[in-house]
Amino acid sequence: MLEVRDLNAWYGESHVLHGAAFEVREGEVVTLLGRNGAGKTTTMKSIMGLVPCRDGTIRFRGRELIGLPSDAIARSGIAFCPEERGIFGSLSVTENLLLPPVVAPGGLDIDTIYALFPNLKERARTAQGTKLSGGEQQMLAIARILRTGARMLLLDEPTEGLAPVIVQQIGHTIREIKNRGFTVLLVEQNFRFAATVADRHYVMEHGRMVDMIPNHLLNSRLDKLHEYLGV
Amino acid sequence: MMMIFGIPAPLLFGQLLLGLINGAFYALLSLGLAVIFGMLNIINFAHGALFMMGAFASWMLLNYLGIGYFPALILSPIIIGIFGIVLERVMISRLYKIDHVYGLLLTFGLALVIEGLFRNYYGSSGMPYQIPHILQGATNLGFMFLPIYRAWVVLAALVVCIATWAVIEKTSLGAKLRAATENAPLVRAFGVNVPRMVTLTYGGGVALAAFAGVLAAPIYSVNPNMGDNFINTVFAVVVIGGMGSIMGSIITGFGLGVIEGLTKVFYPQASATVVFLVMVIVLLFLPRGLFGKTA
Repeated sequence: MLEVRDLNAWYGESHVLHGAAFEVREGEVVTLLGRNGAGKTTTMKSIMGLVPCRDGTIRFRGRELIGLPSDAIARSGIAFCPEERGIFGSLSVTENLLLPPVVAPGGLDIDTIYALFPNLKERARTAQGTKLSGGEQQMLAIARILRTGARMLLLDEPTEGLAPVIVQQIGHTIREIKNRGFTVLLVEQNFRFAATVADRHYVMEHGRMVDMIPNHLLNSRLDKLHEYLGV
Repeated sequence: MMMIFGIPAPLLFGQLLLGLINGAFYALLSLGLAVIFGMLNIINFAHGALFMMGAFASWMLLNYLGIGYFPALILSPIIIGIFGIVLERVMISRLYKIDHVYGLLLTFGLALVIEGLFRNYYGSSGMPYQIPHILQGATNLGFMFLPIYRAWVVLAALVVCIATWAVIEKTSLGAKLRAATENAPLVRAFGVNVPRMVTLTYGGGVALAAFAGVLAAPIYSVNPNMGDNFINTVFAVVVIGGMGSIMGSIITGFGLGVIEGLTKVFYPQASATVVFLVMVIVLLFLPRGLFGKTA
């Protein structure tokens, strides 16, 4: 569904991605693991067209995304949930939820979203999206991209800085999303969490992929993984 | 004669009304500036010139095409708004990636060029524009005479201000605008065509200025410098209200008009400076302005 080859990206003078390459098949949950600064977030931003300077190949459903502006990339059916969550303080919770335009049929309707995220229904009348707790903001950031009909979701560290019970809830949500046929690319620092939701893991180091581990082999390769992640 | 604070009531209410009228123009103009600043991060120094163009457009519609006041109230903002869209596409949009100072320089230069062109063709003495027939005359309210056209200006400005506020604060289009003001790249990454929205926002802000220009045409003579009289005060209004705040510009615009009017009654010498005095005081205590959001 998504195929990335020889991806290079730069922030100004600094060369961040050095030929990153991976693929995500339809219906899979794939994680990008790696230390801070390995290039995981930059990979996601490159796919979304949010990095000013990039080259290589990013094919989504056979279509080349390099060269498209980020709004066209979104309309091709990819939705992005950024690391900083991107909840808008000048919008109410409901406005935040309804902000991303529908890009294709087949998105979840509001009732289904509220069933998945009961907290959001309770907080729907909150006047400022940023008044929600961190966990609720993360739920909102995921919920709003489920509406749009995009079938490929990029989730950048959805568990970062959240309490264990919320992390569990987000894990449950990701499995639920997968069951509904969405394809997910997930950036994670926490591979124990990643192991509970993903099919395959790519390990990134210095702006490229250094390994790919199917989830069922994760336990047998823990030593190697510890070495990669330096934990 | 009825006296209030030792001032004859007709004088007090007369100045209050004048203040409200000026306030109506301040509000319309600063509202457009606020909307443009929010989306484009550009202080639109051409705003006064575009206001003047709105007045001229209605004068030309009448004198060249025989199109009267009420159609001009709709047509002039559309024509000048389209002119603004062309300006944004052809010139202003090329400056978004560089320092904001260049946007300021460009729009300031544009204002000089536009005003110069109009002065060249129409002179600077000004041309009259008749008040439409049904808005002529005045009614006696008992304590003062109310010129109908002036009441109409205040009412029309108020309606347009509140409608603009409602579009921005209460509709899904407005939600996209507010979100793009906060984080344009992310809104774009959701699939919204942000550059087109920026262009239309500029056009909308310009249309508001042109609308004010049409309202002003029968009150002030239509002349190439008519924007200059307002624009300095309007920038003060924007700063006092808080950069980019919609309701702030409306309330501050009308409020400062009234303060200015009352100053004319009680201490006329200060009437030209009172707005700037208020600006100094507000900035001393609230550097973000009365309604500016804390970052």
